[in-house]
Amino acid sequence: MSKIPLQFRHNGRDVAIFVDGGTNLLVALRELIGDMTPKFGCGQGGCGTCSVLIDGELHLSCLTLAETVTGRSIETLDGMKQGPNLHPLQRAFADNFAAQCGYCTPGMLMAAKALLDRNPSPSRDEVIEAISGNICRCTGYEPIINAILAVAGGRASA
Amino acid sequence: MAVTVKTFASASEAAGALSSDRSARYLGGGTLVMRALNEGDVSISTVVRASDQALTRIDASGPRITLGAGVTFARVLAERELGFLHAPARSIGGPAVRNMGTVGGNLFAQSPYGDFTVALLALDATVAVQGSFGSRDIPIEEFLQARERQTGTLVLSVSCTRPTSTEAFRYRKIARIKPKGGSVITLAAHLPISGDRIAGARIALGSMAPTQIRARAAERALEGRSLDAATIAAAASAATEGTSPYDNALGSAWYRREIVGVHLRRLLSGQE
Repeated sequence: MSKIPLQFRHNGRDVAIFVDGGTNLLVALRELIGDMTPKFGCGQGGCGTCSVLIDGELHLSCLTLAETVTGRSIETLDGMKQGPNLHPLQRAFADNFAAQCGYCTPGMLMAAKALLDRNPSPSRDEVIEAISGNICRCTGYEPIINAILAVAGGRASA
Repeated sequence: MAVTVKTFASASEAAGALSSDRSARYLGGGTLVMRALNEGDVSISTVVRASDQALTRIDASGPRITLGAGVTFARVLAERELGFLHAPARSIGGPAVRNMGTVGGNLFAQSPYGDFTVALLALDATVAVQGSFGSRDIPIEEFLQARERQTGTLVLSVSCTRPTSTEAFRYRKIARIKPKGGSVITLAAHLPISGDRIAGARIALGSMAPTQIRARAAERALEGRSLDAATIAAAASAATEGTSPYDNALGSAWYRREIVGVHLRRLLSGQE
């Protein structure tokens, strides 16, 4: 079966790859582009660790058919840091102990970025809603919520 | 195994491709079909898509609203005119799923999903489908009863009449995980009031049978009466009639039968 050519922007850089029919975006990013930051969790839309931004909107890369992103802009955690410096959200996650095993962290950070890009000073309830599609089995969520709030309002965490 | 992806400019071409190939599935937001592909579902060898703008159109200006099958829940939530559908749209998934999942796809989502369809069933929606026979409108109840035999047809849009007041349409989803989680049970009630009597009550239940169903006995208990405590109690005690719930990880059939009347009573009496 012939491969399908595909071009899109990946963290601000133009990329061109060939995919098999039916390939999901997560596989395209990890195996064909080498961006290992989005993780494979459930493959069903239940865990959120494969979350990426497509044209600024939060999507699950494992449930996105790769060829539907032609001409669109994909942001992953790999593009979040600013040169040698961590993004304020990454810094806040470290400061607030918001990562333990770290497997959910890429998705949590993308969900948090999607929220703050749209709503720079969310309420606690809005933060909870924003990460409601992302499962964390370690932290109990409180440190993650506090880290996002710390960036949002410059507020001290509880 | 690689699948063949066919993208068409018009919905009718996509419908033609679906009706001529039994192993073809229509890809909307991806939350059902990509999930099946990720699980290695070999019954799908062709994925059909349509870039037709008509599939993503919202017409919410008049008393009767129409949602293209490809309208996402995030777009329903962004539309002020669709306020009566915000509670069911918000009850689905997290933000990523709401950015992807569509109104048309939800018609095919099996329990513990398919909550938006529960709301549409209570609202007596009409489903516009296109198949090899051309396009036609089907009452949602009839559509759901034949859902497993709908391969080969493409859902174009869903329409329903706007409830006359916020009181007239109510929705409640019971989940174990808040704010996101699969449905233990889902309830929606459309209670048009004529004079001070209910005329044309429709109660829809999710996760109480293999597909979303109407609670007809509860509807009969409400019809022609005013919404007082005695009427609500009668409807609540009739809620399980005609249902066939099942066991899953979110709840047992016994538990679902036990709680459906309780939640119907709370829904009808306006309790949180």
